[in-house]
Amino acid sequence: MPHAFDEMSSTDGSVRPAYETLQRWLASVPQDVLDHRRKEAEFIFRRIGITFAVYGEQNAQERLIPFDIVPRIITKDEWGTLSKGLEQRVKALNMYIADVYAKREVLKAGVVPENLVYQNPAFRPEMNGQRVPHDLYVHIAGIDIVRTDPDTFYVLEDNARTPSGVSYMLENREIMLRLFPELFSMHKVAPVDKYGDDLLATLRSLAPHGGHEPNVAILTPGIYNSAYYEHSFLADKLGVDLVEGRDLFVKDAVVYMRTTEGPKRVDVIYRRLDDDFLDPLVFRRDSQLGVPGLMSAYHAGNVTLTNAVGTGVADDKAVYSYMPDIIRFYLGEEPLLPNVPTWRCREPDHLKYVLEHLPELVVKEVHGSGGYGMLVGPASDKAQIEKFRAKLVADPANFIAQPTLALSTCPTMVEKGVAPRHVDLRPFILSGSDKVRIVPGGLTRVAMKEGSLVVNSSQGGGTKDTWVLDA
Amino acid sequence: MRIRIRHEITQRFDPGSRNMAVTVRLTPRSHEGQFILRWTLDLNSDCRLAAQEDAFGNLCHTFSVDGPTDHLSVVAEGEVETQDTTGVMHGTVERFPPSLFLRQTDLTEATPAVVAFAEGARLTEDDPLGQLHALMVALHETVEEQEGPALGGPLSAHAALEAGKACSGGIAHLFTAAARHLGLPARHISGYLAPEDPEEGEAKREGVGAARHWAEAYAPKYGWISFDAGRNLCGTEHYVRLAVALDAMGVAPLRSAGLEVEEQVSALDSRGPQKLAQAQSQN
Amino acid sequence: MLSRTADNLYWLTRYVERADCLARILDVSQRLSYTPVTYGGSTNEWASAVLTAGCEDEFVARYGPLEDAKEEDVVSFLAFSPENSSSIRNCFEVARTNARSVRTALTSEMWDVINSAWIELQSFPNRALTRDELSRFLAFVKETSLRFDGATFRTMLRNDAYWFARSGAQLERADNTARILDVKYHVLLPEKEHVGGPLDYFQWASILRSVSALTAFHWVYRDSVKPWLVADLLILNRQMPRSLAACYEQLARNLDDIASAYGRQGPSQRLARSMQARLTNRTIDDIFQHGLHEFISEFISDNNKLGAEITEQYLT
Repeated sequence: MPHAFDEMSSTDGSVRPAYETLQRWLASVPQDVLDHRRKEAEFIFRRIGITFAVYGEQNAQERLIPFDIVPRIITKDEWGTLSKGLEQRVKALNMYIADVYAKREVLKAGVVPENLVYQNPAFRPEMNGQRVPHDLYVHIAGIDIVRTDPDTFYVLEDNARTPSGVSYMLENREIMLRLFPELFSMHKVAPVDKYGDDLLATLRSLAPHGGHEPNVAILTPGIYNSAYYEHSFLADKLGVDLVEGRDLFVKDAVVYMRTTEGPKRVDVIYRRLDDDFLDPLVFRRDSQLGVPGLMSAYHAGNVTLTNAVGTGVADDKAVYSYMPDIIRFYLGEEPLLPNVPTWRCREPDHLKYVLEHLPELVVKEVHGSGGYGMLVGPASDKAQIEKFRAKLVADPANFIAQPTLALSTCPTMVEKGVAPRHVDLRPFILSGSDKVRIVPGGLTRVAMKEGSLVVNSSQGGGTKDTWVLDA
Repeated sequence: MRIRIRHEITQRFDPGSRNMAVTVRLTPRSHEGQFILRWTLDLNSDCRLAAQEDAFGNLCHTFSVDGPTDHLSVVAEGEVETQDTTGVMHGTVERFPPSLFLRQTDLTEATPAVVAFAEGARLTEDDPLGQLHALMVALHETVEEQEGPALGGPLSAHAALEAGKACSGGIAHLFTAAARHLGLPARHISGYLAPEDPEEGEAKREGVGAARHWAEAYAPKYGWISFDAGRNLCGTEHYVRLAVALDAMGVAPLRSAGLEVEEQVSALDSRGPQKLAQAQSQN
Repeated sequence: MLSRTADNLYWLTRYVERADCLARILDVSQRLSYTPVTYGGSTNEWASAVLTAGCEDEFVARYGPLEDAKEEDVVSFLAFSPENSSSIRNCFEVARTNARSVRTALTSEMWDVINSAWIELQSFPNRALTRDELSRFLAFVKETSLRFDGATFRTMLRNDAYWFARSGAQLERADNTARILDVKYHVLLPEKEHVGGPLDYFQWASILRSVSALTAFHWVYRDSVKPWLVADLLILNRQMPRSLAACYEQLARNLDDIASAYGRQGPSQRLARSMQARLTNRTIDDIFQHGLHEFISEFISDNNKLGAEITEQYLT
């Protein structure tokens, strides 16, 4: 594997300018002080109950995501490039989804193959020909970014359904402010705490009708959902009700919530519930988590769902490989942020290449997420590769492959002190009817194990505070 | 032919239920083979009925039963004028290109057994229409049509094949699943079947009743063609088409978060003697 | 506010209050069980603990006849048993689950108390506790409810969320006091008066202790412990925070606050006020004359009815 780019130290041992102050500070603070602060951070996290559940793990129903106290630093210029590219990407995603559910120009022009849409489980026939309020579909996007050298940021993945992690972005900053006020006095760090206001403004701008103050609610699957903490955290930050399906009902195509003062109309639902569970009259009929009749209110234009139903048609890994073409098709622009080169195993010549190069590639399931069901060639032994090969051959259309990127590393506190670990970045892009809002930075995820490239929290990844320097 | 139809559904709820949302898909649309002369929906509950179109262009009504109540009863009743088009459909409401109907669903999953069955019926030459007929014949020989709940919860394609017998809905699942595997768009149809011989109709189809599921498949040059593999024939003037979707779940005449459902369905030749083909099903 | 949120708050405070009451019952039973029989100690103190907690059927199904109830069984059943839906452990579990569901309606201080208590609960061993450990455990439970009440009182906005939370606690508290009286009413009855020996004193004192009112009794009545005064303190005395009258004074006020905030009142306000009036207008002689037992049974049933009315009116 090629040598990874470290965001703090250049190969010649010099420190990159943005990290100079941090590096000096790290060198000056004794290890035991850092250890102590790290323990303090963990204590605070547990105390306020920021936990998540790991699927398939018994007795570990509530676990902490490791928090790394060394911040990641991004310069103002780097952020400028990133945010323009993110805005472009999300704009194209929205236009693509709107098109797929209406005129299908993109299919007629042959930019995206028809079966990738129609045979896609995330495509919702129910959304066909339905206008959504303000023609926007992806109001809250999380775009995963990786970096390989000083100048190259790749988009690794688009999350257009219900991206999570923003609560960590906000809590990480709060904890850093509490534990290391001196560090903030040495840097000009762009604040992130406006996210709550931005999100509320975005959601309100999406209400189907003008006139009255829109009633916004967050719909959660409930306390057993792995991201429940985030749901309640956001409700708190926004000052809106956190509802479950049973708190809502639909009458004459209008959604109401049950309150102590009787039914109250709901205009915008930020739902953290998958499409399949939203409405048992339309989707899975065994869903206890949804609201019977919700889709009829949605189709009647009386409620906004964020994100819209059916956005998954834009964010699976097979569609991902077409994103550069999609951007060109709708915007007539070159993508500002490149894609990672991707082989689609559904195409025979791609599959052939992938099968011949398995030990050096990363192979992912088209609909997988959370780092499950993937093969990291260079990190796997022969038996694992052969086992995966069998899976791949049995159902090639279900996989894509990418070169194993040398993800950039950042200084990270590990047992033996500070050492480089691989990171990625998930910025959150809010698209309202009035404008696009992006809080500087995002959630940096870090693979805590030496050499590991898998940053997902379900696979033992941790998080860091992400600093965008204002000067 | 003029066919009179009556379809009654009783949906049970937990006693004392309030604000129960219900969707009914009980209003047929006209096309070249059928013309809706009159059609009414009648509920035992006061609510606003506004028609919406679902994804596939079916007319449906979603409403809310205020309650408190323990049941809802819906009666759809009407009269339809039909004519024979040798199974070829014209003038139907189409919201998607045919290729959408290659989509798999849980009920029409191409399991290895379904794939093997479809491959067994594969023709060597490129003849979509011949292929569909061959598939119908193979299916008719493999799966025996069973009397029983036509509108209840039909078996999946795989389960119908495993059991070797299924009601019309299960047979339609297997037909669509196999056709899709062979690259031919296919879809699930719900509707009504009037007795062919008004004198004998009742005796011949005792228990199967007037509610029926079948399939439509797409053959280039012809368009959509109806296939009733259970009876080994293409649609005739005795068929009234109610709804179209990817599987039985999509054409369900009533959906709610309630308990069990009871149905009574009758269709009869309204010019001939008043003989009913009547079905009762429960699920 | 969301009905479900109000419901969760209401039950959250009920469960914390119930845990507190169970801890007091166990405390008093333990104390009485050390006391020699001649001084009012009795062999069936543990049985009456089960009766007071209102889980007789479940207990008997598990451990056999109530008369033979053994200390270790009762302690483990009331304090820790996962099978007993109202064990202290389960009360805390449910309270925390409810708290998680309504975190946005709680202040961080309230959440902190519940969450910390739940974490600390895991540190108590899953075996029979020594007497020392049990005392520490009971002290921890009582302290948790104190901290929770304190956090509620000091940090919550005075709005409908607060009133629902307080209503739950008051309703539960009234129920608990009434149950203690219901199980022990016989030692308060006049027929026993002539005994007047040390045996009765310890029984009366233990009733007062179970509601933390032994000291208060002396301040209020400046008299030796007498059964009708014990009953008066627990039923009618509005100075005594655990008395039925005090609970209903608070409860009626909370429900009225809700009604005036919403601009609408209903059956729960009417029932609460009528019960409050009943407690204000009676004297203790009156109650004894008409039958203490009947009075208490009727109270418990009306109190339950009020719970049902609140649920119907606001929480569903």
